[in-house]
Amino acid sequence: MAAAANEPDHASDQWPLWEVFTQAKDGAPHEHAGSVHAPDPELALQNARDVYARRGQVVSLWVVPSSAIIASSPGEQGPFFDPADDKPYRHPQFYRTPRGVRVY
Amino acid sequence: MDVLFEYLLRLGDDRLVLGHRLSEWCGHGPVLEEDIALANVALDLIGQASRFLGLAGRVEGKGRDEDALAYFRDVIDYRNVKLVELPNGDFGRTIVRQFLFDAWSVLLLERLQQATHAELAGIAAKACKEARYHVRHSGEWVLRLGDGTEESHRRAQTALDELWPYTGEMLAADEVDRAAAGAVAPGVAALEPAWREVVSDVVRRATLTLPADGFMHSGGRQGRHTEHLGHLLDEMQILARSHPGATW
Repeated sequence: MAAAANEPDHASDQWPLWEVFTQAKDGAPHEHAGSVHAPDPELALQNARDVYARRGQVVSLWVVPSSAIIASSPGEQGPFFDPADDKPYRHPQFYRTPRGVRVY
Repeated sequence: MDVLFEYLLRLGDDRLVLGHRLSEWCGHGPVLEEDIALANVALDLIGQASRFLGLAGRVEGKGRDEDALAYFRDVIDYRNVKLVELPNGDFGRTIVRQFLFDAWSVLLLERLQQATHAELAGIAAKACKEARYHVRHSGEWVLRLGDGTEESHRRAQTALDELWPYTGEMLAADEVDRAAAGAVAPGVAALEPAWREVVSDVVRRATLTLPADGFMHSGGRQGRHTEHLGHLLDEMQILARSHPGATW
Protein backbone atom coordinates (compact mmCIF):
# COMPACT_ATOMS: atom_id res chain seq x y z
CA MET A 1 0.00 0.00 0.00
CA ALA A 2 1.58 3.22 -1.16
CA ALA A 3 -0.15 5.43 1.42
CA ALA A 4 0.91 3.28 4.35
CA ALA A 5 4.45 3.10 3.04
CA ASN A 6 4.55 6.90 3.08
CA GLU A 7 3.57 7.24 6.73
CA PRO A 8 6.26 8.73 9.00
CA ASP A 9 8.96 6.21 9.72
CA HIS A 10 9.19 6.58 13.49
CA ALA A 11 11.91 3.96 13.70
CA SER A 12 14.33 6.21 11.86
CA ASP A 13 12.72 9.44 13.13
CA GLN A 14 12.66 10.70 9.57
CA TRP A 15 9.82 12.34 7.68
CA PRO A 16 8.74 10.56 4.51
CA LEU A 17 10.60 11.28 1.30
CA TRP A 18 9.04 13.07 -1.68
CA GLU A 19 10.34 13.34 -5.24
CA VAL A 20 10.27 16.84 -6.65
CA PHE A 21 9.52 17.75 -10.28
CA THR A 22 9.88 21.30 -11.59
CA GLN A 23 8.53 22.89 -14.74
CA ALA A 24 10.61 25.72 -16.18
CA LYS A 25 7.88 27.25 -18.37
CA ASP A 26 4.33 26.57 -19.52
CA GLY A 27 4.20 23.57 -21.81
CA ALA A 28 7.64 22.28 -20.84
CA PRO A 29 7.81 18.87 -19.19
CA HIS A 30 8.07 18.57 -15.41
CA GLU A 31 11.57 17.32 -14.80
CA HIS A 32 12.94 15.53 -11.77
CA ALA A 33 14.85 18.01 -9.60
CA GLY A 34 15.61 15.96 -6.48
CA SER A 35 13.85 15.03 -3.26
CA VAL A 36 12.80 16.49 0.10
CA HIS A 37 11.61 15.17 3.43
CA ALA A 38 8.23 16.43 4.67
CA PRO A 39 5.46 15.25 7.00
CA ASP A 40 2.59 15.89 4.57
CA PRO A 41 1.76 17.08 1.02
CA GLU A 42 1.45 20.82 1.80
CA LEU A 43 4.80 20.97 3.58
CA ALA A 44 6.36 18.80 0.88
CA LEU A 45 5.29 21.44 -1.63
CA GLN A 46 6.66 24.26 0.55
CA ASN A 47 9.95 22.46 1.16
CA ALA A 48 10.29 21.73 -2.55
CA ARG A 49 9.68 25.39 -3.28
CA ASP A 50 12.33 26.44 -0.77
CA VAL A 51 14.94 23.94 -1.87
CA TYR A 52 14.45 23.76 -5.65
CA ALA A 53 12.37 26.69 -6.86
CA ARG A 54 13.72 29.74 -5.10
CA ARG A 55 16.57 30.57 -7.42
CA GLY A 56 15.74 29.00 -10.75
CA GLN A 57 12.89 29.78 -13.08
CA VAL A 58 10.01 27.54 -12.04
CA VAL A 59 6.32 27.97 -12.91
CA SER A 60 4.98 24.71 -11.54
CA LEU A 61 5.98 22.09 -8.97
CA TRP A 62 4.97 18.49 -8.45
CA VAL A 63 5.76 16.47 -5.37
CA VAL A 64 5.20 12.74 -5.38
CA PRO A 65 5.64 10.33 -2.47
CA SER A 66 8.87 8.48 -3.23
CA SER A 67 7.11 5.29 -2.23
CA ALA A 68 4.78 5.76 -5.22
CA ILE A 69 7.66 5.45 -7.68
CA ILE A 70 7.84 2.04 -9.34
CA ALA A 71 11.47 1.49 -10.25
CA SER A 72 13.19 -1.09 -12.40
CA SER A 73 15.58 -3.33 -10.57
CA PRO A 74 19.31 -2.68 -10.94
CA GLY A 75 19.79 -6.44 -11.30
CA GLU A 76 17.67 -6.43 -14.41
CA GLN A 77 19.84 -3.97 -16.26
CA GLY A 78 21.03 -6.53 -18.75
CA PRO A 79 17.74 -8.03 -19.91
CA PHE A 80 15.86 -4.72 -19.50
CA PHE A 81 18.18 -2.32 -21.22
CA ASP A 82 20.51 -4.33 -23.42
CA PRO A 83 21.16 -1.96 -26.28
CA ALA A 84 20.97 -4.82 -28.78
CA ASP A 85 24.07 -3.72 -30.63
CA ASP A 86 23.90 -6.95 -32.55
CA LYS A 87 20.60 -5.84 -34.06
CA PRO A 88 21.64 -2.77 -36.04
CA TYR A 89 18.27 -2.52 -37.77
CA ARG A 90 16.88 -1.17 -34.48
CA HIS A 91 18.96 1.94 -34.88
CA PRO A 92 17.77 4.48 -37.41
CA GLN A 93 21.34 4.91 -38.65
CA PHE A 94 21.00 1.47 -40.22
CA TYR A 95 18.73 2.79 -42.91
CA ARG A 96 20.19 4.62 -45.83
CA THR A 97 18.36 7.70 -46.98
CA PRO A 98 16.93 7.06 -50.43
CA ARG A 99 17.95 9.43 -53.15
CA GLY A 100 15.53 12.27 -53.67
CA VAL A 101 14.57 12.46 -50.00
CA ARG A 102 15.55 15.67 -48.28
CA VAL A 103 17.60 15.14 -45.16
CA TYR A 104 16.77 17.46 -42.27
CA MET B 1 10.64 65.13 12.72
CA ASP B 2 10.16 63.86 9.19
CA VAL B 3 7.15 61.56 9.30
CA LEU B 4 8.07 59.63 6.16
CA PHE B 5 11.62 59.01 7.42
CA GLU B 6 10.34 57.74 10.78
CA TYR B 7 7.74 55.60 9.08
CA LEU B 8 10.32 54.02 6.75
CA LEU B 9 12.63 53.30 9.70
CA ARG B 10 9.81 51.35 11.32
CA LEU B 11 9.21 49.32 8.19
CA GLY B 12 12.93 48.67 7.75
CA ASP B 13 13.83 47.97 11.37
CA ASP B 14 10.99 45.47 11.96
CA ARG B 15 12.26 43.43 9.03
CA LEU B 16 15.97 43.85 9.69
CA VAL B 17 15.73 42.73 13.32
CA LEU B 18 13.35 39.84 12.61
CA GLY B 19 15.47 38.78 9.63
CA HIS B 20 18.57 38.75 11.82
CA ARG B 21 16.78 36.75 14.52
CA LEU B 22 15.66 34.18 11.96
CA SER B 23 19.15 33.96 10.50
CA GLU B 24 20.30 32.66 13.89
CA TRP B 25 18.52 29.42 12.98
CA CYS B 26 20.84 28.91 10.01
CA GLY B 27 22.56 25.58 10.59
CA HIS B 28 20.37 24.85 13.62
CA GLY B 29 16.97 24.16 12.02
CA PRO B 30 15.04 21.11 13.19
CA VAL B 31 15.45 19.49 9.77
CA LEU B 32 17.47 20.46 6.71
CA GLU B 33 14.44 21.56 4.68
CA GLU B 34 13.12 23.81 7.45
CA ASP B 35 16.58 25.21 8.03
CA ILE B 36 16.62 26.31 4.39
CA ALA B 37 13.07 27.65 4.61
CA LEU B 38 13.85 29.80 7.66
CA ALA B 39 17.02 31.12 6.04
CA ASN B 40 15.02 31.99 2.90
CA VAL B 41 12.50 33.96 4.94
CA ALA B 42 15.36 35.66 6.80
CA LEU B 43 16.95 36.70 3.51
CA ASP B 44 13.64 38.01 2.17
CA LEU B 45 13.17 40.13 5.30
CA ILE B 46 16.71 41.50 5.19
CA GLY B 47 16.23 42.31 1.50
CA GLN B 48 13.02 44.19 2.32
CA ALA B 49 14.80 46.00 5.14
CA SER B 50 17.58 47.00 2.78
CA ARG B 51 15.09 48.61 0.37
CA PHE B 52 13.05 50.37 3.07
CA LEU B 53 16.17 51.69 4.82
CA GLY B 54 17.75 52.69 1.52
CA LEU B 55 14.70 54.80 0.77
CA ALA B 56 14.73 56.15 4.34
CA GLY B 57 18.30 57.33 3.85
CA ARG B 58 17.42 59.14 0.61
CA VAL B 59 14.35 60.72 2.20
CA GLU B 60 16.49 61.92 5.12
CA GLY B 61 18.98 63.45 2.71
CA LYS B 62 21.99 63.39 5.03
CA GLY B 63 24.04 60.95 3.02
CA ARG B 64 23.21 57.86 5.07
CA ASP B 65 22.60 54.71 3.04
CA GLU B 66 20.96 51.47 4.22
CA ASP B 67 24.24 50.15 5.61
CA ALA B 68 24.85 53.31 7.62
CA LEU B 69 21.34 53.05 9.06
CA ALA B 70 21.63 49.34 9.82
CA TYR B 71 25.14 49.27 11.27
CA PHE B 72 25.75 52.68 12.78
CA ARG B 73 22.62 53.34 14.80
CA ASP B 74 22.34 52.33 18.45
CA VAL B 75 19.50 50.64 20.30
CA ILE B 76 17.78 53.91 21.15
CA ASP B 77 17.58 54.81 17.45
CA TYR B 78 15.96 51.56 16.41
CA ARG B 79 12.24 51.77 15.70
CA ASN B 80 11.17 48.10 15.52
CA VAL B 81 8.41 46.59 17.64
CA LYS B 82 9.64 44.56 20.61
CA LEU B 83 8.04 41.38 19.29
CA VAL B 84 10.71 40.92 16.62
CA GLU B 85 13.72 41.41 18.91
CA LEU B 86 12.70 38.73 21.42
CA PRO B 87 14.98 35.67 21.50
CA ASN B 88 13.98 32.77 19.24
CA GLY B 89 13.31 30.28 22.03
CA ASP B 90 12.28 26.89 20.70
CA PHE B 91 11.04 26.25 17.17
CA GLY B 92 7.42 26.64 18.28
CA ARG B 93 8.08 30.07 19.70
CA THR B 94 9.95 31.15 16.58
CA ILE B 95 7.07 29.99 14.40
CA VAL B 96 4.33 31.59 16.51
CA ARG B 97 6.21 34.90 16.56
CA GLN B 98 6.71 34.65 12.82
CA PHE B 99 3.04 33.96 12.19
CA LEU B 100 1.85 36.86 14.36
CA PHE B 101 4.20 39.16 12.45
CA ASP B 102 3.60 37.72 8.97
CA ALA B 103 -0.18 37.97 9.27
CA TRP B 104 0.20 41.65 10.11
CA SER B 105 2.94 42.32 7.57
CA VAL B 106 0.87 41.01 4.64
CA LEU B 107 -2.05 43.27 5.54
CA LEU B 108 0.20 46.29 5.96
CA LEU B 109 2.13 45.70 2.72
CA GLU B 110 -1.11 45.13 0.79
CA ARG B 111 -2.30 48.57 1.82
CA LEU B 112 1.12 50.16 1.27
CA GLN B 113 0.96 49.16 -2.38
CA GLN B 114 -1.54 52.02 -2.68
CA ALA B 115 0.72 54.48 -0.88
CA THR B 116 0.91 57.94 -2.41
CA HIS B 117 4.71 57.68 -2.44
CA ALA B 118 5.44 55.77 -5.65
CA GLU B 119 8.75 54.26 -4.60
CA LEU B 120 7.35 53.12 -1.26
CA ALA B 121 4.40 51.55 -3.08
CA GLY B 122 6.79 49.73 -5.41
CA ILE B 123 8.89 48.29 -2.57
CA ALA B 124 5.70 47.22 -0.80
CA ALA B 125 4.40 45.45 -3.89
CA LYS B 126 7.54 43.34 -4.19
CA ALA B 127 7.68 42.65 -0.45
CA CYS B 128 4.00 41.72 -0.34
CA LYS B 129 4.54 38.76 -2.68
CA GLU B 130 7.21 37.44 -0.34
CA ALA B 131 5.12 38.07 2.76
CA ARG B 132 2.22 36.07 1.32
CA TYR B 133 4.50 33.07 1.13
CA HIS B 134 5.88 33.73 4.61
CA VAL B 135 2.44 33.68 6.22
CA ARG B 136 1.52 30.54 4.34
CA HIS B 137 4.64 28.87 5.70
CA SER B 138 4.35 30.04 9.31
CA GLY B 139 0.56 29.58 9.33
CA GLU B 140 0.80 25.97 8.14
CA TRP B 141 3.36 25.32 10.85
CA VAL B 142 1.16 26.81 13.57
CA LEU B 143 -1.60 24.41 12.48
CA ARG B 144 0.73 21.44 12.67
CA LEU B 145 2.30 22.36 16.00
CA GLY B 146 -0.98 23.30 17.65
CA ASP B 147 -2.86 20.30 16.31
CA GLY B 148 0.16 18.00 16.58
CA THR B 149 1.47 16.12 19.58
CA GLU B 150 0.78 16.95 23.19
CA GLU B 151 4.23 18.47 23.48
CA SER B 152 4.04 20.57 20.30
CA HIS B 153 0.61 21.84 21.36
CA ARG B 154 1.91 22.79 24.79
CA ARG B 155 4.93 24.60 23.36
CA ALA B 156 2.86 26.47 20.76
CA GLN B 157 0.27 27.53 23.36
CA THR B 158 3.01 28.67 25.76
CA ALA B 159 4.59 30.73 22.98
CA LEU B 160 1.25 32.27 22.04
CA ASP B 161 0.52 33.19 25.67
CA GLU B 162 3.96 34.73 26.16
CA LEU B 163 4.06 36.62 22.87
CA TRP B 164 0.50 37.92 22.85
CA PRO B 165 1.30 40.95 25.07
CA TYR B 166 3.80 42.03 22.41
CA THR B 167 1.27 42.13 19.57
CA GLY B 168 -0.48 45.32 20.63
CA GLU B 169 2.47 47.40 19.54
CA MET B 170 2.01 46.45 15.89
CA LEU B 171 -1.54 47.79 15.91
CA ALA B 172 -1.18 50.80 18.17
CA ALA B 173 -1.33 54.15 16.42
CA ASP B 174 0.87 56.97 17.68
CA GLU B 175 1.57 60.45 16.33
CA VAL B 176 3.84 59.17 13.52
CA ASP B 177 1.26 56.66 12.44
CA ARG B 178 -1.56 59.19 12.60
CA ALA B 179 0.49 61.72 10.62
CA ALA B 180 1.38 59.06 8.07
CA ALA B 181 -2.21 57.84 7.79
CA GLY B 182 -3.71 59.40 4.73
CA ALA B 183 -0.63 61.38 3.76
CA VAL B 184 1.75 58.45 3.29
CA ALA B 185 0.22 55.16 4.22
CA PRO B 186 -2.78 53.51 5.82
CA GLY B 187 -3.03 53.74 9.60
CA VAL B 188 -2.07 50.58 11.44
CA ALA B 189 -5.16 50.70 13.64
CA ALA B 190 -7.28 50.00 10.55
CA LEU B 191 -5.49 46.67 10.14
CA GLU B 192 -6.62 45.27 13.47
CA PRO B 193 -9.97 43.67 12.51
CA ALA B 194 -8.46 41.83 9.53
CA TRP B 195 -5.40 40.77 11.53
CA ARG B 196 -7.56 39.40 14.33
CA GLU B 197 -9.64 37.49 11.83
CA VAL B 198 -6.60 35.82 10.23
CA VAL B 199 -4.93 35.04 13.55
CA SER B 200 -8.02 33.76 15.35
CA ASP B 201 -8.93 31.54 12.39
CA VAL B 202 -5.54 29.82 12.38
CA VAL B 203 -5.39 29.65 16.18
CA ARG B 204 -8.82 28.01 16.28
CA ARG B 205 -7.98 25.47 13.57
CA ALA B 206 -4.71 24.73 15.38
CA THR B 207 -6.82 23.84 18.47
CA LEU B 208 -5.01 26.59 20.39
CA THR B 209 -6.62 29.18 22.64
CA LEU B 210 -6.42 32.87 21.85
CA PRO B 211 -5.09 34.66 24.94
CA ALA B 212 -7.22 37.34 26.55
CA ASP B 213 -6.16 40.92 25.83
CA GLY B 214 -4.48 42.49 28.81
CA PHE B 215 -1.34 44.48 29.37
CA MET B 216 0.41 45.25 26.08
CA HIS B 217 4.10 46.14 25.83
CA SER B 218 5.04 49.32 24.00
CA GLY B 219 7.99 51.63 23.52
CA GLY B 220 9.89 49.95 20.69
CA ARG B 221 8.69 52.55 18.19
CA GLN B 222 10.19 55.23 20.45
CA GLY B 223 13.50 53.42 20.92
CA ARG B 224 12.75 51.93 24.34
CA HIS B 225 13.61 48.30 23.75
CA THR B 226 14.00 45.08 25.72
CA GLU B 227 17.48 44.16 26.89
CA HIS B 228 17.68 41.66 24.04
CA LEU B 229 18.06 44.15 21.19
CA GLY B 230 21.44 45.42 22.39
CA HIS B 231 22.95 41.94 22.26
CA LEU B 232 21.48 41.36 18.81
CA LEU B 233 22.91 44.63 17.48
CA ASP B 234 26.32 43.91 19.04
CA GLU B 235 26.58 40.77 16.97
CA MET B 236 25.03 42.24 13.84
CA GLN B 237 27.11 45.42 13.83
CA ILE B 238 30.51 44.22 15.06
CA LEU B 239 32.03 43.61 11.64
CA ALA B 240 30.87 46.86 10.07
CA ARG B 241 32.01 48.83 13.12
CA SER B 242 35.37 47.09 13.42
CA HIS B 243 36.13 47.49 9.73
CA PRO B 244 34.18 50.51 8.44
CA GLY B 245 33.76 50.43 4.69
CA ALA B 246 34.93 46.82 4.41
CA THR B 247 33.98 45.09 1.16
CA TRP B 248 34.11 41.46 0.08
